[in-house]
Amino acid sequence: MSTFVDALQFIPDNSDLIWRKTVEHLELSGAAIAVSLLIAIPIGVWLGHIHRGSFVAINVANIGRSLPSLAIIAIGIGLLGLGFVNTMLALVVLAVPPMLTNAYVAVDGVDPNAVDAARGMGMRPREVLLRVELPLALPLIFAGIRTAAVYVIATATLWAVTGGGGLGEIIVNQASYRIEGVVAGAMCVAALALVAEVTFAALQRAVTPRGLRNTPPLGPGAAVLPPGELSATQGAHTR
Amino acid sequence: MIAAALAAAGPVIPDFGGGGASDRCVSENASFCMDWFRENWSDLFVPALREHVKLTVIAIVIGFAISTVLALLAHRLRWTEKPITVVTGILYTIPSLALFQLLVPITKLSLLTAEIALVSYTLLILFRNMLEGLRGVPADVRDAARGMGLTDRQVLWKVELPLALPAIVAGLRIATVTIISLATVAAFVVNEGLGRLIFAAIQSDVFKTELVAAGGLAVAMALFADAAFVLLQRRLTPWVRARAR
Repeated sequence: MSTFVDALQFIPDNSDLIWRKTVEHLELSGAAIAVSLLIAIPIGVWLGHIHRGSFVAINVANIGRSLPSLAIIAIGIGLLGLGFVNTMLALVVLAVPPMLTNAYVAVDGVDPNAVDAARGMGMRPREVLLRVELPLALPLIFAGIRTAAVYVIATATLWAVTGGGGLGEIIVNQASYRIEGVVAGAMCVAALALVAEVTFAALQRAVTPRGLRNTPPLGPGAAVLPPGELSATQGAHTR
Repeated sequence: MIAAALAAAGPVIPDFGGGGASDRCVSENASFCMDWFRENWSDLFVPALREHVKLTVIAIVIGFAISTVLALLAHRLRWTEKPITVVTGILYTIPSLALFQLLVPITKLSLLTAEIALVSYTLLILFRNMLEGLRGVPADVRDAARGMGLTDRQVLWKVELPLALPAIVAGLRIATVTIISLATVAAFVVNEGLGRLIFAAIQSDVFKTELVAAGGLAVAMALFADAAFVLLQRRLTPWVRARAR
């Protein structure tokens, strides 16, 4: 118990260090999430729109969830060397599957009657996508982004194990920062994941069309979280 | 610690033995030297693989045993579900590196430390899946069983558990894959498993072949385990596919 109190004391005592490490952590996580978004969402949405590639799109998440995070980072370093960009690419590999699968399931699963009605109104395919399918699919797409973001933030702690920075560096360096530092670092990572979860939840609510606001956004293909990020999602996002 | 070691070390050429072309490939630190890999397969990689399997299996077996007890308890006494979920949930939320570190002062750098942490991560997954599986048994089936005169214990063993099997196996699948992943990080506190090779490779001036090989083996192991459990799941639920037909 005293360790816990000491850890809470550690944060204000070392606020500079914690701030610097948090910023590093967010830089890596943010970059990885941004790149993954640019890759996963367009592909997932497109495949869902044309209703093709379901086997690949759905199993990508299953396979992605099985990938050992440290192993992927190790392979990334092995192929590309150490460094920010290389670790970021490894995190991208881990983040793309849940985003892609959720985007696919979201757009693929849009109520076919709505799509029919839109076509009946004379909308062209691109208009159907932009004005009907995407708005209806946005909640689930955001659920996938949320899952991936929390996963990336938790996995970014492993960056320190390979000599990088971020909050993991405090956790890993028990010699310098003692047990209080380790606990404080862990709490900061959990807090960061929680903030990301809440932020994306708010974003998800903001982009949900008002008519859909009270329906649960989870579809059968939504991804399951690995350890370390269950902080705000106790049971909410697992099947 | 590691950062300091990396900073202090000059360009160290890893001396792993092996001759000729393999030497040159290694000293140039190419991404993947097949010869080196083949030469060191049985001395280096097989033991690490075996250790990794051992780490995983111990964690899953113990975790499964504990979760079964917890799930049966929560199934029988409803009020225990919330506290169990909260405790296992908290354990699950702690970032893996942190949990390993927190245990070191208590149980030192040993297999026990690694296993305690790994078992903790299995608990939430296995407990929740098992409980959902047991709860998912339709009430009329349970009623029919009781109507046939089965005792509570018989209902559990002959009806509820078999019907809960798919959910239990699904939980085992997720847990196994998760533990294989975390066991690589466990090398931080116990010198075993594929993570040991990964850390060693990073410390000997980023020996790329070993990194790619160890990482690749871990990925292969995880995918293999996932596929094996999917097949097991399909085997155990022939009625799901028959229904789909």
